[in-house]
Amino acid sequence: MSPLDPVLLFFLLGLAAGLLRSELRLPAAVYELVSMLLLLSIGLKGGIELGKQPVGDVALHALAVMAMGALLPLIAFPVLRFAGRLRRADAASIAAHYGSVSVATYAVATAYFAGRQIVFEAHMPFLLVVLEIPAILVGILLARGFSRDLRIGALAHEVLLGKGIVLLVGGLLIGWASGPEGLTPMKPLFFDLFKGVLALFLLEMGLITAAQFGSLRQHGVFLVLFGIGMPLFSSAVGILLGYGLGLSLGGTTMLAIMAASASYIAVPAAMRISVPQANPTLSLAASLGVTFPFNVLVGIPLYHAMATSVFARIGG
Amino acid sequence: MKSAIRKLLTIITEAALESVLVKDLQRLGVQGYTITDARGRGSRGARTAAWSESSNIRVEIVCDAAAAEAVAAHLRTRYYEDYAMILFVTDVAVLRSEKF
Repeated sequence: MSPLDPVLLFFLLGLAAGLLRSELRLPAAVYELVSMLLLLSIGLKGGIELGKQPVGDVALHALAVMAMGALLPLIAFPVLRFAGRLRRADAASIAAHYGSVSVATYAVATAYFAGRQIVFEAHMPFLLVVLEIPAILVGILLARGFSRDLRIGALAHEVLLGKGIVLLVGGLLIGWASGPEGLTPMKPLFFDLFKGVLALFLLEMGLITAAQFGSLRQHGVFLVLFGIGMPLFSSAVGILLGYGLGLSLGGTTMLAIMAASASYIAVPAAMRISVPQANPTLSLAASLGVTFPFNVLVGIPLYHAMATSVFARIGG
Repeated sequence: MKSAIRKLLTIITEAALESVLVKDLQRLGVQGYTITDARGRGSRGARTAAWSESSNIRVEIVCDAAAAEAVAAHLRTRYYEDYAMILFVTDVAVLRSEKF
């Protein structure tokens, strides 16, 4: 077994410091900057390559990924509602978290892939943006139904102009417009420092994850089981979809990781405003306390192995 | 020094509410307000401000008694149930009474 990637050791350091109640914390402004750098790096990297992809393929993949983003919360909702006996608003909100995507998990996956020289399709960051959105709408509809006034305009503004999407899309456009030569002077900041920035980010993620453990203890076993079971299921959906769309092994694995990851920035913010009855503690305990650590520590290599065996059996 | 008495309305609530709250205040005719980042602990647990989801804001408004009452009533009915929010009102002396 290969040793754990150092960025994951930073995550474990944060986790341990948080659990031991160390006073360590990243200043809020630093955390903001570090997450901005990650979003921009991912966007820029995708943008440089985006121009080389056939437009038709990218559009088809985007539609398929959006459909997956809408489908996953519809599957999660009844499980949460009936097996977990959660209130409707809570079940809908958690379902939306699991249909959407975590950029942090994606960033860890890119580091994992880079370390193993696994290539994946360059338009993955675009699919990442696309996958963030549909689950939010489905979650809100599940919580409130069609009947009440939804204020679609305000909601669209909130979702589409959230920090994550603006920076990812902005990075994609700048990368696409500038091309590799144009971005060379910025390479030291956005690309060479990527792993260092990711390490700092994961240190704080460890602290945040540790803070969720308290609420996890209160809300019991079901959330833990769901927080591990749902990504396992979603990753299988992601692998089938990636294979069906004819993605490479790397691309299929990345799609599985995206499907398995649960949002903890865009969705909580949107749910807090649009579904105020939902208790944010529950959804964050599941997505940050269980699914994020599971995915980065166990999930990523596991989904890679799953995709590899599917490709070996069916002959990809 | 001639001063007049006005109300200082302080609201402490979730940072996620900032944009909707600001719209509400403008609609209720509040002339000005000051927002600062805050952290603390209350009936809904610790709000450590370690990241955006767990951070609080503190909104301060100096206004006349009627406006303070209107804002407080609106916030009570609209947000108290579902959000971490407290508000309190104190008397303050202001020098330019026409401004508030």
